[in-house]
Amino acid sequence: MDWAVIRESLPLYVDGLRVTLMLLAVSITAGFALSVPLAMARVSPRPWLSKPVWLYTYVIRGTPLLVQLYMIYFGLAQFPAVRESFMWPMLKSAWFCAWFAFAMNTTAYTTEIFAGALRATPSGEIEAARSLGMSPFAIYRRILWPGALRRALPQYGNEVVMMMHATAIASAVSIVELTRVARDVYSNHLLPVEAFGTVAIFYFVLTFAFVGGFKLLERRYLRHLRPKSADTSRDGLPVASARPA
Amino acid sequence: MLHGYLPAILEGLSMTLRVAALSLLIACGFGLAGAVAKLSDSRAARLVADVYTTLIRGLPELVLMLIIFYGGQIAINNAAERWGYGYIDIDPFIAGTVTMGFISGAYLTETFRGAILAIPKGQIEAGHAFGLSRFDVLTRITLPQMVRHAIPGFANNWLVMVKATALVSIIGLDDMVHRAGLASAATREPFTFYTAIAAIYLAITTVSILALHALEKRYSLGVRKAEL
Repeated sequence: MDWAVIRESLPLYVDGLRVTLMLLAVSITAGFALSVPLAMARVSPRPWLSKPVWLYTYVIRGTPLLVQLYMIYFGLAQFPAVRESFMWPMLKSAWFCAWFAFAMNTTAYTTEIFAGALRATPSGEIEAARSLGMSPFAIYRRILWPGALRRALPQYGNEVVMMMHATAIASAVSIVELTRVARDVYSNHLLPVEAFGTVAIFYFVLTFAFVGGFKLLERRYLRHLRPKSADTSRDGLPVASARPA
Repeated sequence: MLHGYLPAILEGLSMTLRVAALSLLIACGFGLAGAVAKLSDSRAARLVADVYTTLIRGLPELVLMLIIFYGGQIAINNAAERWGYGYIDIDPFIAGTVTMGFISGAYLTETFRGAILAIPKGQIEAGHAFGLSRFDVLTRITLPQMVRHAIPGFANNWLVMVKATALVSIIGLDDMVHRAGLASAATREPFTFYTAIAAIYLAITTVSILALHALEKRYSLGVRKAEL
């Protein structure tokens, strides 16, 4: 182990960590904001509302994030109309493209998670709300969302951790986040264990911080569902979640 | 079509499919071993399996791939040097598939473990009561019945893995994504080619979902379902 290399490049890793967290924050925020209305459209009984959302989540969840990112970052420049538009200065930047691709991607997964949670609402709750004369908007605000967001919490936490891991893909379009830093340190010193081992520790700590954070949220918001005996099977680490419905 | 690059892309597709299929096979091996270890009485086996799944699920796939690809290269060559062999160049195909299988195996471990736990205990006890050895109980009772419970999770893992194969292009494997990149550079039409391979990935996903649906039906033949 060459500790000097690690000590020397530690500030780079910290910068990379900042970029990773920033990318994650902007993607997750946009994903959440878009998923709330999209999930409502997805569970709507009107096909012209639900079908387009179904198609969107199916296509996004059925293709690799790396390819989506390449389509946006490398692909869009193919069209002169894009290159001449006022959006070009933005679309040219890897940062904007990565954010856009990640937000689009996580929106698809989050929409399905929220839609599933909305569908799982006991029908009695909705009937009770209707019988009290609540408007559809009030039912969503006071009955459906408070319950659905709670039910979605474990899966949503999983999605956030998966997304945190997915930010590593931004290194493919030369954004200097954690993984890119590790790849650069590796190519400068040719010390794979030092370069990638260090970044692994960063990701590991991040993963457990998020898993722990969501566990606290679950304890707070899913109190009523706590089993009497401890269920040890769920350690909160990410599980595969890709099946387009 | 595609300026004559379609055959090249399809060659890349065959590489993608080979990586995915072989990785799946390796992943099933790691997954089964991991699940059996996690449910075994041996504390050491449980510990090893726990460390394995925790480490893998705590890290991004790409980082694991880079660690195993570059780190493995050095480790193997250090070992080769010690035992007096010459320099060994690791084939990216082998590195890629082993890595993907190793990673996916950790996720499959959890799937298989849950599926084994879903089998009624009486089945296993009955097997022991008939004097079957532990190995016979595993291969004749546990594993065949586990399949039905494992299919949904297995389907998820397969779909995640097919999409993760796109990452092997980053460690220099000549897969579909890499081919699309080459064709884009030559024709200056990146959108066309990346959209084309996205469509192929979507087709793979769709076919997989249909196939796994059929498989689920087949393995649920013995399960009664109430008709409405």
